Amino acid sequence: MEPAAAKLIGAGLATLGMGGAGIGLGLLFGNYLQASIRNPAAAGQERLWLFVGLGLTETMGIFALVIAFMILFTG
Amino acid sequence: MAAIDPLHQFLVEKIVPLPPIQIGGFPLDLSITNSVMMMLVAGVLVSLILGLASRGDLIPNRVQAIGEAFFGVVETTLVTPIIGHNGKPYVPFVFTIFMMVFVMNLLGIVLSLGSLAGFEWTFTPTSQLAITATLAILTFLTVLIVGFVRNGLGFFKLFVPAGLPWPMVPLMFVIELISFLVRPLTLSMRLFGNIVGGHVVMFIFASFVISLGIIGLGGGWGSLGFLGSAASLTMIVLLTGLELLVAFLQAFIFAALATVYLNEVVNLGHGH
Repeated sequence: MEPAAAKLIGAGLATLGMGGAGIGLGLLFGNYLQASIRNPAAAGQERLWLFVGLGLTETMGIFALVIAFMILFTG
Repeated sequence: MAAIDPLHQFLVEKIVPLPPIQIGGFPLDLSITNSVMMMLVAGVLVSLILGLASRGDLIPNRVQAIGEAFFGVVETTLVTPIIGHNGKPYVPFVFTIFMMVFVMNLLGIVLSLGSLAGFEWTFTPTSQLAITATLAILTFLTVLIVGFVRNGLGFFKLFVPAGLPWPMVPLMFVIELISFLVRPLTLSMRLFGNIVGGHVVMFIFASFVISLGIIGLGGGWGSLGFLGSAASLTMIVLLTGLELLVAFLQAFIFAALATVYLNEVVNLGHGH
């Protein structure tokens, strides 16, 4: 296989890591929505932690993106 | 297909070249690049708006209401709920970081139209890892300094969770230390990756508009390309809206995590 082709395939495979972040974000927002429908009074004070969790979860997807970029545009 | 280079928009170019300054034998290049230019614009804009906002009147006018709204985001939804009444001294730090990141993100999206008008200095400073890493390291050092000043050597209790059985202490110490030291990396990568990713996606859809439009001009069945072109244009409009949200959200998350990290050292030992 040509190195260039292997590079493109590798970059594509690296983006698979974003799937995990997608699952995590789905769980996060789904569970928040469920909880806030069950107890709307408590929803407001937990929204801050929703966004902190969003940031932490999303980082994993962003790492996958950065690695894909590193494979594509370096070396 | 037109040549697509989605990363060209992140090139740092000199606008006002200055001769390098020698400091201790190292050449220091202080040229005004497009990145520096946008940071200056952001700094002036923030100072101007907040300067006009700080009138201190009982009945706020429009600018003061904007300034108070931004300050409220940081003080009443971030610092006070997370740190508690000890958090007052850290509000200015978090507020500065929040405003700078927010305005730099926002200018990157709003002024990206400027590159169409021929301004070559439009740029998103937060798309440079150097700038996000500087902000992250600043936050990390602040946490370190505050931690040692407030707790002395008790700072190391941060790495040993309370109520831990003693055989676990060495293992947990190493794990907690690694997760502490990796914070500047995650903090900078998150902002950088979000902004770069968002702008690259917008650029790729923009290049679809052009290339599918060129296919559409070919006539015949190729005219269907106009449909894809129009769909891509709609997508850019929607993505711009999403990116405006991301610009705020990433600034908010950066400030929120900085506050959470500060809280750990401010309220160390007496869990808030």
